[in-house]
Amino acid sequence: MNHDYLDGNAAAGELSSILAMDVTTAQSQCANCGATKHFAEAHVYMQAPGVVARCAVCEHVLLRVVNVRHRVFLDMHGMTFLSFGTSQLP
Amino acid sequence: MAIISRGFSGRRAAADVKLPPGQYLTTDFPVLSAGPTPSVPLDSWQLTIDDGSRVLRKWDWKSFRELSSESFTVDLHCVTRWSKFGTSWEGVSLDTLLAEVKTDASYAFVHSYGDYTTNLPLKDLLNKQAWIAFRFDGENLAPEHGGPARLLVPHLYLWKSAKWVRRITLTREDKPGFWEGLGYHNYGDPWREQRYWGE
Amino acid sequence: MWRVGTVVALHDETAIVRTIRLKVPDWPSHVAGQHVDVRLTASDGYSAVRSYSIASAPNSENYVELTIERLPEGEVSPYLTQEVAVGDRLELRGPIGGWFVWRRCQTEPVQLIGGGSGIVPLMAMIRSRSVWRSTAPFRLLYSAREPSAVLYQDELHALSGHDCPVTVTYAYTRATPKGWPRPPGRVDASLIANTTWPANLAATSYVCGSTSFVESIAGLLTASGHEPDKIRTERFGPTGERK
Repeated sequence: MNHDYLDGNAAAGELSSILAMDVTTAQSQCANCGATKHFAEAHVYMQAPGVVARCAVCEHVLLRVVNVRHRVFLDMHGMTFLSFGTSQLP
Repeated sequence: MAIISRGFSGRRAAADVKLPPGQYLTTDFPVLSAGPTPSVPLDSWQLTIDDGSRVLRKWDWKSFRELSSESFTVDLHCVTRWSKFGTSWEGVSLDTLLAEVKTDASYAFVHSYGDYTTNLPLKDLLNKQAWIAFRFDGENLAPEHGGPARLLVPHLYLWKSAKWVRRITLTREDKPGFWEGLGYHNYGDPWREQRYWGE
Repeated sequence: MWRVGTVVALHDETAIVRTIRLKVPDWPSHVAGQHVDVRLTASDGYSAVRSYSIASAPNSENYVELTIERLPEGEVSPYLTQEVAVGDRLELRGPIGGWFVWRRCQTEPVQLIGGGSGIVPLMAMIRSRSVWRSTAPFRLLYSAREPSAVLYQDELHALSGHDCPVTVTYAYTRATPKGWPRPPGRVDASLIANTTWPANLAATSYVCGSTSFVESIAGLLTASGHEPDKIRTERFGPTGERK
């Protein structure tokens, strides 16, 4: 069994400079299989030319982040939605 | 503006060899992956060349290994800045695989087992510039490095050398692959430091 | 947003693990279980970023402690555990994470399960519980390679004597102390059954360590009846290049 992934916690720092809300507690729905889970549970591959977060159920790509010199690219088309609670404690 | 960390230099080794711009020399072989390592049993492995609608050539592992292969030594350059010199491989040249293929396509779109893809001009696969490699450093290519077989195109950044290659589609139009669609350079020549869009 | 912390103290927990205490003037406070990203920049602009769990409990003095293990092939951990000196400055981003956290308002039983350096965020939870004098029932199952690899040993031992103790169970995977009743080995179903909160207590479990450790433990917990949504996990692993 291949265990070279981390989880959504590992991508949170990278995403914190793009998204205003904490992504680890956000719910994400996989556009491929429909599984809805906390983003913290995504399988995250950090050792690539970019960060790749995959659905823990079907491994479909949920999200990718690429840092290109002075630009950042964020691809989220693998998620039907990301949903944040607005009354979260700090 | 980042503060400089006293005494930190990172993993770079001084080199008296000629490196492409912005690269450092490494002696190990880093594994970078955008997803889980696919498990491809040899008895179901296939390599296909198609034009998007018709299959032009197809090999299973047995017929693939019956093709004439060659040993070759090349330097590798990864866009994450490491370069590894003098790596030895065995593989089948794309000149051999494409020998009887008649096409007016100018581009190749490469698919791996899993969902990885990459694209390059067809001419960059020809003239002794590319192989489907199945042995590295005297051993069968390990899964984490792309085994059973990977594409190897050493004159471009290593993300073009798709691991776990399974299909090459020849097309008239260029279509960006997994990283090319998200900021990485469409061509990727390390000697012109073509890492990202706009370079 | 990157903040600058100044190293005010260093403490070697073991031969390869060091705790760095940083003073961060505008630190917005943190919750136990959160982590920071540390960025190092070389004089030519090359930079490397790594994540480290915060080991310290929230405090009002703007300090943050990170406990870092030196990885043999690491690019950043050898620098942080051997080169960094008191007075040096480090850039930090964070605190990060809202999922793998234990908050003051939680009163339910808590099961902490850590493998190797996975103990670090769990220790922040234990320390927070002490600071707040929480009576939430806590149990810790701590898997380490061998006795010399155990972190925070004296502190964990002292906790067993408190009014509201944290029950600590050690499991060793490679070598045990003399006379240890259990031979070296991975955490298994019987250890889970004998030393962790029973599933019917609906404890919140926090599991931290390598991905294979976390997957194994989470599997054992769900197999013994724990609800998946009461199991929180954080996977540790190299984020620089893997060799």
